[in-house]
Amino acid sequence: MAHLSVENLCYDIGGRRIIDSISIEFSARRSVVLGPNGAGKSVLLRLCHGLLVPTAGSICWRADANVAVRQAMVFQRPVMLRRSALANLTHALSLAGVGASEARERAITALRSAGLEALAHRSARVLSGGEQQRLALARAWALRPDILFLDEPTANLDPVATREVEAVIDAIHRAGTQVIMTTHNLGQARRMGDDILFIARGRLLERASADHFFRAPKSAEAAAFIEGELPW
Amino acid sequence: MLEYVKRCIVRVWAIDTLRDAGLQALELMIGLDEAMMNIVALSVQVSLSAVVLSCLIALPIGAATAVGRFPGRQAIIVVMNAFMGLPPVVVGLIVYLALSRAGPLGPMGLLFTPTAMVLAQALLVTPIIAALTRQIVADAWEEYREQLQSLGSNGFRSALTLIWDTRFSLLTAVLAGLGRATAEVGAVMIVGGNIDGVTRVMTTAIALETSKGDLALALALGAILILLVVMLNSSAYLISEAARRRYG
Repeated sequence: MAHLSVENLCYDIGGRRIIDSISIEFSARRSVVLGPNGAGKSVLLRLCHGLLVPTAGSICWRADANVAVRQAMVFQRPVMLRRSALANLTHALSLAGVGASEARERAITALRSAGLEALAHRSARVLSGGEQQRLALARAWALRPDILFLDEPTANLDPVATREVEAVIDAIHRAGTQVIMTTHNLGQARRMGDDILFIARGRLLERASADHFFRAPKSAEAAAFIEGELPW
Repeated sequence: MLEYVKRCIVRVWAIDTLRDAGLQALELMIGLDEAMMNIVALSVQVSLSAVVLSCLIALPIGAATAVGRFPGRQAIIVVMNAFMGLPPVVVGLIVYLALSRAGPLGPMGLLFTPTAMVLAQALLVTPIIAALTRQIVADAWEEYREQLQSLGSNGFRSALTLIWDTRFSLLTAVLAGLGRATAEVGAVMIVGGNIDGVTRVMTTAIALETSKGDLALALALGAILILLVVMLNSSAYLISEAARRRYG
């Protein structure tokens, strides 16, 4: 299992501090980052994934064996290329350096696992929102990541599509991938989180097991957040 | 009174010639007059070659300035946008000077050949196609950037992916260039010389025939030119509509 830890992580943009000295070791198999809008959840994930460069602090990846850690990210709004669902997956695999025939095999396997095999040759951008998000998960899965980042993966979906997406995330996790996700959906955080990280105004206010966090939050902000109050 | 009658007669006579010219033009078009069709064929050949040549330069430049961050990028964008409205006669003059006997490319002996016309038109439409490509690819890059970076796509691969993904929108940019190339007259007139059977294209023929007073051929060529442009644009519209339905 790969280990990801961040140390005194800071991120400024336009003189505003978005992430304020956060230190976490992501040890749980499934971590859920919770917090109000603008808390810095998405920015934290992007920093960890390497899409943003931290202003200060460090991000440390450690793998068990001497191999590079593979990571993937699925965004709130899936971005699909104007080609078939299958071709979207093989494109990602080709970028990862996987040969054509193996890429095709892995892509088909991933589509099957996400329940999208029947849509393999349909154009990706005309699929429904839920199907596109499952396709984005299949694309990430085909890369066989050690760690998968999910930024509010079900934010734009109806309850049925949300359940389907959660099922795919669950399958990916059970196949051995560590999942780090953000969400606004407290029910989802309960269902999907082993560990909860509560962030507000760029600071890590609380970290606890999901069970513990929802039963007895330590910080007043977290308690208010769970109650649906808006002290901000 | 006498003055008024004279003016009326002149006007009717004028309408008569117009009518005759129109009828003759129709005859030329229906009969697919050989001389006329040669002019049309050369026009299409020159402009298509110019646009193909231009695409080889303009698509990479447009995509590179949309995706890349390199020194001189801003300058290229400013020049591209400024040159979108380049006057054809000035482009013709520059190409003329370059290809004339004393010019840097003089020894190639290209002046007053269709190749010279291709070069002039390519120079004219490259900024247009490049600037439109940059806009289209930059908009797509805005949407795709994080995803492609997340997948480990470098700038070069991303540019290729974006060109392919925006292919139906880029078709419109290329057609804008083709429209400009077929419609311009100044540049091909200067570097081609409007030589009958060698470098005479639709626009230069229309200009010449009109000034000679041979309205029939001018009208026929004008009608064909408009027909071509309308056909091109409507097929582009249909293609991009079909693509939007199929690929989203």
